[in-house]
Parts: sequence; structure tokens; C-alpha cells
Amino acid sequence: VTMGHRLASAHIGVAIAAFALASFMGVMQGLSVADVSFPARSETLYYLSLTAHGVLMALVFTTFFIMGLGYVLSQETLGRITGRRTAWFAFTLALAGTVGAAATILAGKSTVLYTFYPPLQAHPIFYIGAALLVVGSWIWGGVMIASYLSWKREHPGAPIPLPMHGMISTIIVWYLATAGLAVEVVGMLIPWSLGLFPKIDPMVARTFFWWFGHPLVYFWLMPAYVLWYTVLPRIAGGRLFSDPLARMVFVLFVLLSTPVGFHHQFADPGIGAGWKLLHTLTTYAILYPSFVTAFTVIASLEVAGRLKGATGWFDWLGWLPWRDPFFSSVLLAMIAFTFGGFGGAINAAYAMNSMVHNTAWIMGHFHVTLGTTVALTFMGATYWLLPRLAGRELRFPMLAAIQPYLWFGGMVFFSGAYHVAGLLGLPRRIYSAALDGQQAARWGSLPMVAAAGGMVLFLSAMFFVIVALGTFVAGRKITPPAFEFAVPLRPVVARGTWDRLGLWSVVAIVLIVAAYAWPIAHLLAHPRFGSPPFQPF
Amino acid sequence: MQVEIYERIWMWAAAGLIALFLGAILLGAGLHAVQPPSHIETLDPTTLAGHPEFGHPSVTTREDGSIVVSVRAEMFSFAPDPIEVPANRPITFRLTSADVLHGFEVAGTNANAMAIPGYVSQFTVTFPRAGEYPIVCNEYCGGLHHYMVGHLTVKEPTP
Repeated sequence: VTMGHRLASAHIGVAIAAFALASFMGVMQGLSVADVSFPARSETLYYLSLTAHGVLMALVFTTFFIMGLGYVLSQETLGRITGRRTAWFAFTLALAGTVGAAATILAGKSTVLYTFYPPLQAHPIFYIGAALLVVGSWIWGGVMIASYLSWKREHPGAPIPLPMHGMISTIIVWYLATAGLAVEVVGMLIPWSLGLFPKIDPMVARTFFWWFGHPLVYFWLMPAYVLWYTVLPRIAGGRLFSDPLARMVFVLFVLLSTPVGFHHQFADPGIGAGWKLLHTLTTYAILYPSFVTAFTVIASLEVAGRLKGATGWFDWLGWLPWRDPFFSSVLLAMIAFTFGGFGGAINAAYAMNSMVHNTAWIMGHFHVTLGTTVALTFMGATYWLLPRLAGRELRFPMLAAIQPYLWFGGMVFFSGAYHVAGLLGLPRRIYSAALDGQQAARWGSLPMVAAAGGMVLFLSAMFFVIVALGTFVAGRKITPPAFEFAVPLRPVVARGTWDRLGLWSVVAIVLIVAAYAWPIAHLLAHPRFGSPPFQPF
Repeated sequence: MQVEIYERIWMWAAAGLIALFLGAILLGAGLHAVQPPSHIETLDPTTLAGHPEFGHPSVTTREDGSIVVSVRAEMFSFAPDPIEVPANRPITFRLTSADVLHGFEVAGTNANAMAIPGYVSQFTVTFPRAGEYPIVCNEYCGGLHHYMVGHLTVKEPTP
């Protein structure tokens, strides 16, 4: 077992623990919205657990999983982790921050939800803990880049191994995104929560939050794409259809991920319509790399089917390994993203956005995208990673085989019902769909359908946790299978334009400045009064 | 870069689809002035009680006949409540918050904006159908967030 593998196991272990806890909270929330009574149901507990669910799923599960995956890819494709002590230090820092922030949430002192919009004020440890998690991830990014640079010195002129190309691109997006978060958290929220200044400007904080909030989505999605491009075709028995296009896709994400945040602020005052329109253009442009991905990945699977003997137009689908939990997870994740992607296009058109802004539709939307496309890919990847990391055979393979289908089925009901209820006007983030007690009839049985879907999701989540835990502690010991990555149909032999990630980062910074400098300056130049803190929880 | 012919066709088709989406948005913005709220106006959220407009927010008809509804959102209610407006007339909402962030959403319509302390959100909508609509707060604002429901009555205009 190499150091990279031990690091990866530690990170993925934290990710799964966060996922398990957050799943339990999720199923309770679904029931609460549908007004199903259960012991200890209360407003306080609902909003507290909603905060915990969001933070643990969207920030802890994802970030730790991605860091763990990064170490695997660096170890396996570059043969090294440069700076292992630093890597363990980063892990400790991120874990300490997570535990600190989670403790203040569970103690009921930080019920501000995972968007933590001021002037709602959390306990200072909540903000400091979140900052430490991010600083830990920054150091992880540094270790990854150092590993790559050390490899590059030994391999002048060679193209970056594709999995690392995607991972380094992800890290660049993460640095660009978290720059905005750092301004908000370190520059505004931490000193304000410590009482160093009495007031805060909610609009300025919110603008920096969404500078971070949308590229965060690509920070989750890009590692999933890395797995789709570089592992899925291998599992399916095929070849990667086009290596250079995969690199182009990652570069487009580096360029376009961040200058898009205003599409979350269409309903906000204080930002000009022209700037919102500009961010709309970039938001639509970022659909493009996903369209390209859909073709390349599906073409790679067709190659797999044909190599195995398929000859007709569509019979290659039947030759694919639908019982392999990694394969089925990713395929279902891709189907979900077809709907999620077009849903995103609807959200990004501001005329339609005003119909769905902050309604249950949005909740439905990100449970299809983050909650299925990304989360299901990561769960599926766990089935691929665990035997290779732990040297143990997957325990309860039957549970693993049905778990992805169960998740997808549960999500159809959960997300479908909330999409429709959102169009009818059901707001998101509410303890009870009856609202003031008078509104239950407006949404009919939709919240109940969503709650039923939530229970199926919970069952699926528990299958996943049982398989993961079972494998870790009681899987039959085997010689770890090798980590093998997809071979392209036409391998890239030399370093090319798409490998010049330093250059592309500079272009990305220029685009961010163009998209944000003027509107932020304009906001700051206005007479602003600021808000005192509130803790209504 | 060598790209297969089918993939090339797909890439152009994808670009075309995106251009189509964007064209629809640009056309709406340019020809029909379909634009998101972009009003920039600030005020002190801590002194709203004495504010000439938001101290006692109400529905007013301006000299040119246009209808303006000023709304103050606060934990956990909207003022004024109920609000009564005529159908088929442009209604301009002016919205601010006395404390934390709130949402202002007339359920089932596209009247939907953020109430942000220190800022005035302004947008104009027309309600084509008379009826009773709940106004729901759609941004989490504290433990009784779900209780924050206002009432909008849209009346057929009296001739």
C-alpha cells in the first residue's frame, strides 16, 4: 500500500462518513416538508439539520472525495505524491475545520444553511472551520501541482496524463472560485462574527458568495468527468474516443466556470441588467463542454460494444456491463445530467428563472445534478476504488449492483415532484409545505411523493454505506487489482496547446476581472449602510 | 487537432443549439425589454420605521396612473398585508427588508424577487388573472421562515 493510497483511503473515509450522516438528515427533512410527524420533529431541528445536510453533502463529502481521488490519480499516473507530510497536514487541517464547523451546527449555534447569507450570523467557529476546510484543500491543490511539476521536469515535452490534466484543471477552477469565498469569509464574515466590525453589507457578501458558488458546481462535476473519460471506457471494455477533445473540455471549464455567478442573482437588486445578461452568455457557453462530453463518452461506449461484437445500430448498448456498479452509476448519472443540464439552461434564462427562483424546483434541480450526476458517479467510483485501495474484495456485491438503480429511481420521484411543486410556487427550505398551515392543498400530494422518493434514496444510501464499510472491515483479502485507465483510440503523443494550463489560467483570470470588476466597483461606490447581525434560530 | 466527422457535426449542432437559446434571450431582451431587476437604490435598514416610504408601506397610485406597491419584509411577515391590486395593469413593486434576507414570491406567478436589507428591489409585473394569491417568503430567514406568508388579491378593474 503506497502513501498515496493511504491518503486517499483517509479522505474517502471522511467523505463516506459525512455522506452517511447527511443522508439520515435528508430523509427526515423530506418527511418534515410533507408534514409527516415523527418523534423530535421541530422547526429548530429541521433548519439545524438542513444546514448540516447542505454543509456535509455539498462541501464535506464532495471536497474530501475529490481530494482522495486526486491523490489516487497523482499516485497512479505520475507515480508520486510530492510532499506527503504536507498532504497529511492538509488532511488534518481540513478535518479539524470540518469537525469544528459541524460541532457549532449540531449545537444549534450556526443555523444559517450552507449558503450562510449574512446578516444571518453563525458562531465564529463555523466560519473559521469552513475556512480551514478550504485552506486544507488549497494545500492539497499545492501538493498535486508540486507532484505534477516534479513529473513534468522528468518528462519534458510529454502530454499531461489525461486524468491529471482533468484534476489539475479542477484545482485551477477551485483556486479561482475560492478566491471569492476567501474575500467573503476571511475579509467580511469572520471579523464581523468576532465583533470586530458591527455591520456587514449583505449584497457585497452575496456577490462574493456567488463568485464562488457556481464554479463550486464545476469543482464537483469536473472530477466526475475525469472518471467518465478516463475510467468508464476501460470498465466498459472500450477506448476513449477522443483524447484532445477531453483536454479542450477541461480547458473550457477553466475559462468559463467562474464569470457566471450573476445567474444566481437575477432576482437581486444592485446589479445592472446588462451585467446579468453578460453572465447569461457565459453560462450558456459553459453548456458547450458538456455537450462535447456527452458525444465523446457515449462514442467511447459504442467502441466498447463493437469491440465485443456488436454490429447493429444500437445493439452495442446490450454488450455493456450493466451489472457493474461503477458502470451503471455513471450511465445513470449521465441520463440524470441530460435532464439536469437542460434544467440548468432554464434556470439561466432570466425570464424563466423568475418562475422558479428559490422554489422547490431549484432543490429538485441540484438533487439531479449534484445529488445524482456527481454523487452517483462518486458512489460508483467508490466501488472501483475500494478494492484497489484496501486490497479487499467488494462485500455484498448484490447490494452494490442494485444501489445505483435504486438511487436513480428514488430521485425520479424526489426530484420530479419538487420540480413540479416549484412551478406551482412551493418555496425551498421550508419546515412544512403547509407553510402557515393554510397552503398544503396548493401542492397536493407532491411533497408526499418527494418524501417517498427520499426514503428510497435513503435505502440506497444505506446500501452504499454498508457495502463500503463492509468492504473496508470484512472484505475478503485479495491482491489489489491495478488502477487502469482508458486508452485513447489515437493517443496524444506530444504536449499541445490544451496542456498549457498556466497560460489558460491567466486567460481565465482576465475573464473573471472583465465579468466582475466593474459591477463590484459600482456596488462599492454606492452609499451603503450595512446590516447588524441576526440569529433568529 | 483531429476530430471525427460525426463528432464535428455534433459540435456544430451543439453550438447551434446554444446560439438558438441565446438568440431567444437576446431577442426578448432587445425587442420586448425582458430584463431582470437591476435597480440600484440604497437605504439604512436600521431606521426603516421612520422612513417616508417604508415606515408605513402601502399601495399608491402615482399621478400618471401607475400603481406602486411598497413592501417591507421582516421576520416573519410582509407589510402591507393584505395587498390589493387590479388585474391587467402594470404594478411596480418596491421591496426592502428590515432585518435579514427574505424572498417575495407571488406563488404560481413570475413575481419573484429578493428582499435585501439596505437595498430596494424594484420590478414591474402585470397579473392577467384575478384571484387570491399567497405571497411566500422563499429565502430562509429563521426558525419561523415557513410561517411568513402574505396575501395578494388581484381584482378585476372596476370600469
